[in-house]
Amino acid sequence: MNTLLYILLKRLRLPLTVLIGVYAVSVLGFVLIPGLDDQGQLWRMDFFHAFYFVSFMGSTIGFGEIPYPFTSAQRMWTLVCIYATVIAWLYAIGAMLSILQDQGFSRLLRTRRFAHQVRSIREPFYLICGFGTTGRDVVAGLEQQDIKSVVIDIDQSRIDALELEQYSLPVVGLCADASLPENLDLAGLQSSSCLGVLALTNDDNVNLSISIASKLLYPKRIVVSRSENDTTTANLYSFGTDLVVDPFQQFAEYLGLAAHSPQKHLIVDWLIYPEHRSIASTYKHQSGRWILCGYGRFGRALAGSMRAEGTEITIVDPHMGSFRSEEPASVAGVGTEASTLIQAGVEDAVGIIAGTGNDADNLSIIMTARELNPRLQTVVRQNLDSNELIFKRLKSDFVMNPGRTIASRILAHLRTPLLAEFLEQAMALDEVDARELIQRLNRLVGDDQVSTQAFVLGEETPAVKEWIESGQVLTLRSLLKSPADRAKDLKCLTLLVKRGYQFMVEPGELTELQLGDEILFAGRGADLSKQRWLFENSRTLNYVVTGTEPHYGLLSYFAKGNAR
Amino acid sequence: MNREKVVFGFFIILALTLNVGFVLGEIDNPAHHEVFELFLALVVSLICTVLKFGDRSHLGALLLATSLVADLQLIAAALVWAYAEQISTLGMTEGTMASIVSLAAGALVANVVSVVLLVVESASIRR
Repeated sequence: MNTLLYILLKRLRLPLTVLIGVYAVSVLGFVLIPGLDDQGQLWRMDFFHAFYFVSFMGSTIGFGEIPYPFTSAQRMWTLVCIYATVIAWLYAIGAMLSILQDQGFSRLLRTRRFAHQVRSIREPFYLICGFGTTGRDVVAGLEQQDIKSVVIDIDQSRIDALELEQYSLPVVGLCADASLPENLDLAGLQSSSCLGVLALTNDDNVNLSISIASKLLYPKRIVVSRSENDTTTANLYSFGTDLVVDPFQQFAEYLGLAAHSPQKHLIVDWLIYPEHRSIASTYKHQSGRWILCGYGRFGRALAGSMRAEGTEITIVDPHMGSFRSEEPASVAGVGTEASTLIQAGVEDAVGIIAGTGNDADNLSIIMTARELNPRLQTVVRQNLDSNELIFKRLKSDFVMNPGRTIASRILAHLRTPLLAEFLEQAMALDEVDARELIQRLNRLVGDDQVSTQAFVLGEETPAVKEWIESGQVLTLRSLLKSPADRAKDLKCLTLLVKRGYQFMVEPGELTELQLGDEILFAGRGADLSKQRWLFENSRTLNYVVTGTEPHYGLLSYFAKGNAR
Repeated sequence: MNREKVVFGFFIILALTLNVGFVLGEIDNPAHHEVFELFLALVVSLICTVLKFGDRSHLGALLLATSLVADLQLIAAALVWAYAEQISTLGMTEGTMASIVSLAAGALVANVVSVVLLVVESASIRR
C-alpha cells in the first residue's frame, strides 16, 4: 500500500505544484486588479471571492461575473486565467492517468492485489511455481479434488493464460521470479493454509532455492520439486524434499518398464495416469531391438534404463559423430529420411522411439518408419501441448509427454502418498501376480478411470474407530460392501494395508483391522465415494457388518415396540 | 550543487519567512497583519507539502508531517478570516484577529521544526 501511494505522490509532485501555483497567481491577480461595484465605485475583490471565482472558472463551471460585472482589466485577467487553469488541470490529470497506465505501476498494483487475494484464502491450497505443461495439469488435477492453487510464473503470458482458463475455483497467479523468497512470501509461503510447495519451473536452480526456502521456514510442509540432473536431485533429497521428479528419468523408467515388464507397467499406468489404455491394447509386446531417435537428455536417460533391462538399442542422432566412442552401434542423422532408418536397421527392429525435441521431426520419423516396417511398435515424444490434435491422429502406440507424466505422478503423490509405497511394493511382484492384479482391476473398473483412496484408521474415520474401540472385530470384507445393499459388493479392492512397518499387499478379505492401519483402496470413483460412508457413519457401518440398522429415534423405538 | 535541493530549501525557508512576517506585530491589531502575507504563506506551505511527497525515509515522513500541520493551521486561520469578513455581522474584531494570528503562530512553530529538520539533514551529509 505505502509503496503505491508514495510512487503516486512522488510522480505527482510537479503537476500538483503547477496547479497550486496557477491557482495562487490567478487568485492574487483578481485581488490586485481593481473593479467597479454596481454604483460605479472602486471595488477590490477580496481573497474569499477571488478564490470562489477562480474555483468555478478553473473547473470550467462558470457561474458568471460575480458579485459585480467585471471591468475590462478583470476580463483580460480572466482570459489569461481560463487558459492557464485548464492547461494546469489537463496536465495534472494527464500525469495521473499516465502513472496509472505505467507498466511498473500496474505491476505493483497487480502484486498488491495478488498478495491480498492470497492472504484472504482461508481454505488449504498448494503453492505452484512454474505454470508450464506440468503446472497446468497439476492445477487442473488439484481443482478436481477441490483444492485451491496459487501460481507463480516468470512469464506474464502464462499468467494471462491462467486467467483465461475456466477453473471452477479461482486460481490466483502472479508473474514474478519464484527464486526470490519475497515473491514466495507474497504467494503465501508463510500462510498457515498452505499445504505444500511445488517447484515445477524448468530451471533447477530456481527449484532448488524454492525448496530450500520452504523447507527452512516450514520443515514439515510438503515440498515437491522437479529436477533435471542427479546432482540437484541428491541435493534436494539431502534437506528433506518430499518428492523429487526428474521428467526425463521418470519417463525413461516408465517407458523402460513398458518394454521390460508390461504387466507392472500397466499397474503403474492405471493407478497413476488418469487416461489409461485398455487391457487389450497391451501386449503385442515382443522382445528385440529398438531404434531410438534423439540422444539428448531424454534419449540418454531412456537408453540407460532400457539397457539396464537388457534391451538392445540402436541410436540415431544428428550429432552422433561426437558420441561414436561411447555408442558404437549408432547412426548419424535425424531419422526423418528413409535412408537413415534403413541404415539403423528398421526392417528387423521391433520398435522405434521418436524422442527428439522437435515435434515435426518426431511425427515425420514415425510416419517414415511405419512405411518401412508396418509391424513396428511406435513411441513418440510430444513436446508442445498445442500439437495434441496431431498426435492423437498419429495413433502411435504410445505418446509420451514428459510434462504430463510428472504432473500425474505428483498428483498421485499429493492425493495418496500411500500409493507410492504400494507401487514400490508392486515392483517386487512377479509377472503372474501382476497380471492377476490387473485382471481383477479390469473386472471391477472396465474402461473407466481407476481412482484410489487411502484411510488411516483413527481420528479421520470416526465410525471405524468407534467400532473397533467397542471391542468388536472388523474385517476388510465389511468395508467392501455397498452401504445401500450389503448383499452387493462395491466395485473396489484393497491394494495395501500398512501396519507400522509391515506391508500387506492385496490382503485377504478376512484380514482383521486395527486402529492405526493405513489402507489403500482402488476402484471406480463413484464406489469409492460411497465407501467413505462406511468410515464416517456408524449406522451405515453397523448395517453392512450386522445387517441391521440400530434405531435411535424415539418414534421408531415406539413403532418397533408396538409391532412386537 | 543539487538544483532540486535548492528549490526544496527555498520553499521551506520561504514558508517560514512569510509566516514570521505575518505573525509579527501586536496580536490583536488588524493593521499589523497583512492578508496577502497570509495568502502567500498558505500557498507556499501547500507547495512545500507537495514537494515533500514521496520521500520514504524517516526524516522525509517527519518533514511531511510538519508541513501538513502548518497547512492545517494556516487553512484554519484563512477560514476564520473569511468567516469574520464575509459571514459574521461584526466584521473583523480584535478577538478574531488574535485567534487568526495565534493559529498562524502555531503554523510558525511547525515551520520552524521543518527548517530545523532540514538543517539537521544537511549537516549530517558528509562531504
